Amino acid sequence: MSVIELIVFWAAVALALIGAVGMVSARNPVHSALFLILNFFALAVIYLLLSAPVIAALEILVYAGAIMVLFVFVIFFFVSPGQRFTLSYSLPLQNTLAGLLVMVLIAIILAGLFFGGVFSPAEHPQSAAVMETTLTSPQELGRALFSRYLLPFELTSLLLLAAMLGAVVLARRSGNGNGPGGGA
Amino acid sequence: MEQIVAYSLVLSGMLFTFGVLAVLVRRNPLVMFMGIELMLNAANLAFVAFSRHLNQLDGQVVALVVMAVAAAEVAVGLAIIVAVYRRRRDVDVDEVNRLRG
Amino acid sequence: MNLIYLAIVFPLLGVLINGFFGRRMPRKAVGTIASLAIFGSFLVSLTAFIQYMGASAGAYGAVEVKVLPWLKLGALEINYGFLVDSVSLVMALAVSLVSFLIHVYSTGYMAEDDGYPRYFTYLNLFVAMMMTLVLADNLVLLFIGWEGVGLCSYLLIGFWYKNRAPYEAGFKAFVVNRIGDFGFLIATFLTFWAFHSVNFVRLRDEIPGTLAGGAVPPMLVTIIALFFFMGAVGKSAQFPLYVWLPDAMEGPTPVSALIHAATMVTAGVYLVTRLNFLFVNTATAMLVVAFIGAFTAIFAASIGLVQNDIKRVLAYSTVSQLGYMFLAAGLGAYWIAIFHLFTHAFFKALLFLASGSVIHGMHGEQDMRKMGGLAKYLPHTYWHFLIGAMAISGIPLLAGFFSKDQILFAAFTARPELMPQAGMILWVVGVITALFTSFYMFRQIYLVFLTAPRFDEHKLHPHEAPPSMLIPNWILAGGAVLAGYLGLPALMRLPNLMQPFLNRAILGTEHLAHAAEHAHELGLEAIGTSVSVVVAFAGLGLAFYLYRSHFGLTEQLKKTFAAPYRVLLNKYYVDELYEAAVIAPGRALSRQFSQVVDLGLIDGTVNLVAFVIGALGQLARPMQTGFIRNYAWYMGVGAILVIILLWLK
Repeated sequence: MSVIELIVFWAAVALALIGAVGMVSARNPVHSALFLILNFFALAVIYLLLSAPVIAALEILVYAGAIMVLFVFVIFFFVSPGQRFTLSYSLPLQNTLAGLLVMVLIAIILAGLFFGGVFSPAEHPQSAAVMETTLTSPQELGRALFSRYLLPFELTSLLLLAAMLGAVVLARRSGNGNGPGGGA
Repeated sequence: MEQIVAYSLVLSGMLFTFGVLAVLVRRNPLVMFMGIELMLNAANLAFVAFSRHLNQLDGQVVALVVMAVAAAEVAVGLAIIVAVYRRRRDVDVDEVNRLRG
Repeated sequence: MNLIYLAIVFPLLGVLINGFFGRRMPRKAVGTIASLAIFGSFLVSLTAFIQYMGASAGAYGAVEVKVLPWLKLGALEINYGFLVDSVSLVMALAVSLVSFLIHVYSTGYMAEDDGYPRYFTYLNLFVAMMMTLVLADNLVLLFIGWEGVGLCSYLLIGFWYKNRAPYEAGFKAFVVNRIGDFGFLIATFLTFWAFHSVNFVRLRDEIPGTLAGGAVPPMLVTIIALFFFMGAVGKSAQFPLYVWLPDAMEGPTPVSALIHAATMVTAGVYLVTRLNFLFVNTATAMLVVAFIGAFTAIFAASIGLVQNDIKRVLAYSTVSQLGYMFLAAGLGAYWIAIFHLFTHAFFKALLFLASGSVIHGMHGEQDMRKMGGLAKYLPHTYWHFLIGAMAISGIPLLAGFFSKDQILFAAFTARPELMPQAGMILWVVGVITALFTSFYMFRQIYLVFLTAPRFDEHKLHPHEAPPSMLIPNWILAGGAVLAGYLGLPALMRLPNLMQPFLNRAILGTEHLAHAAEHAHELGLEAIGTSVSVVVAFAGLGLAFYLYRSHFGLTEQLKKTFAAPYRVLLNKYYVDELYEAAVIAPGRALSRQFSQVVDLGLIDGTVNLVAFVIGALGQLARPMQTGFIRNYAWYMGVGAILVIILLWLK
């Protein structure tokens, strides 16, 4: 069984990486969005493998299903066949510096993981002992949400309300036809 | 299993890095935003991996909340982008550079 | 007696009322309130005097009245406290009485002036400060009064400040006074440092013990005494800080009478007397006081011989008479100094007020060369002036004769340890000064009243002064005659009231009594007195000769002795000397400080700080590019640093 799991896992990893790289490098923003959706699907698979079926489902429903759809709508709002960068200059060194930063970041993350003992499972008997755990059921998650984590749950709903209102207000056109903030 | 957990964390780190890269390098505000979403997802993955690793439910709850927050944030963020760049054809984030010293 | 502070409160009330509401009140009210306030002061002093005579008092006859505590820091204790003893009572009575008469006089003299309420406000304030000075029981409260009278002097000299001369004179008075004040302050600090108190009674009690115990070197006592004397030199216009007094004549004449004749300038004499318990320990300082006093006396008198302004003569005369007082004090005869102060207050105030009547009657003319023959136009004033002149010259039976004679006698019989012949030298100087005094006073009488008029009688109609000015003068004249009878010399076998009364408060007077007895036995007293009388009449005679019978002679003398004459007329060029040696370098130095130090260094440093901060800001400015991606990058760097920091922990 675990061999299949490993194969699926690595496939998902590959797809996730392809999605990420594709998103960063695609010229057309619609393509970027599609690559990101691929990434999300792959992540959902990984969540399943990590015994979190609820999160996996929600990932597809919420992220790939709702958020990315919203993104695609907005992308189509700005009609432009190919993005031509009209400004005559671009920020000098920005790309170089960004690359440097990213390399440092990767180094730190990997170093942290390595020295944190992630790659030496012998120090973590706990996870080895529970290999046969069942998938976390929705009931368990629900129970936790409505008991220990009730407050964050309620606050989250409040946040969503606020966000909804905010989005409506921000995107609305004001009376005389000029929107808030005309741009650069 | 530990291998899966371990390499999930590595993947999380790399996805995060790609997200940062997207924010720093791309000039289309929408793609930048997508980079932010990618970062959030990477964090989610880390949370779930640790939840699996420590055999506790807390990580998943956090991941859930993060997802809700991300949704809200996307709504508002896109509204802002729409408001700032109304009726333009090309959107370039370098155009909004008036607030400088 | 315990309500003695009312003597200060009444004038202060006058200040408040006249100061705030004076302009809205009718003139009569302002003058009345001010004069009544001073009369109240006088009554309080008189009551205290009567009570004092009846009561038994503490050591050296001192009654302490502590009203309010002010400051107590460790050994330093300063109270709003008052010291009632014979010396302060005599001063308080003289000051309040003469001030009252001058207030009444001023209601007439200043009647047409715009600044009438302001004048009386300042005048009341002055009396309040002077009473504080006289009644204070410690050095600090005394200094408050000291400074206060200096301030009022400045305000009143520069009363007509819209003209340049009064303004400059007021300023000069204040600045020169300040030099003396510096000495006073140093002395106060040293006194506290050495003797741990500033209270007069405590000091008097403790100084002998402290000195005997050797805790304080004698040289320090001399230094302290000399610094106090420096303050006295400034306030009482002695050489070399006398230059402000003649200029102070720019102020209204009643001001000259009050402040610069009868009261403020006597503060220095009072101070030295108050501190007799200090001075008695330094023979050196006392000799210095006596010699400076004597020198000033003859110096000022010589200048007064040739001055042409009626008030200037009197100003130099004041400086000279103050010199006499210091001469007496320096010889240890403090009671004589106060006695002369007392009589001088009467006849000098009288002389000034009479000259004020003359100026008033001559519609503002002050140059004696343009007067003459006023005896028939201003009969009352003529008699006032004559009485005052006779008193100051030492004509027998008037007040000045008694007090001045006592001074000369004290000098004649003095044998100071340090310099036995000092007494004789000082006596000779005093006698010559008396000759000068008599001469210049009668010169003044002849020039103003008794010679032929040197002005156009048809254009200028001199008129006598109104009663508000004449009555106070008659009262003062009475005082000028009678005040001397309080201190009769032993020669006349009549009781001397002043001497024992004042000496109650003063240390170390035994040697004087011995010297007096000794001289009395030898009939030296009779010799001394006769010399004084001869000298007084000689001065009168000389004045008569030069100004009455042979009038034109003076013009010839001026040509013959042209150089000495010019020197005297120009006051020995002392002002010019000061200007060149002190003032001009001072101005240059302050210009240096203002430009180099203040503008350059201090402003420069402050500006430099501002500039540096601005420069740093400019350096940091490029960080704010306005591009979101740059800011995102900065955030990334920051996040990495935080991760590293957390990791290192």
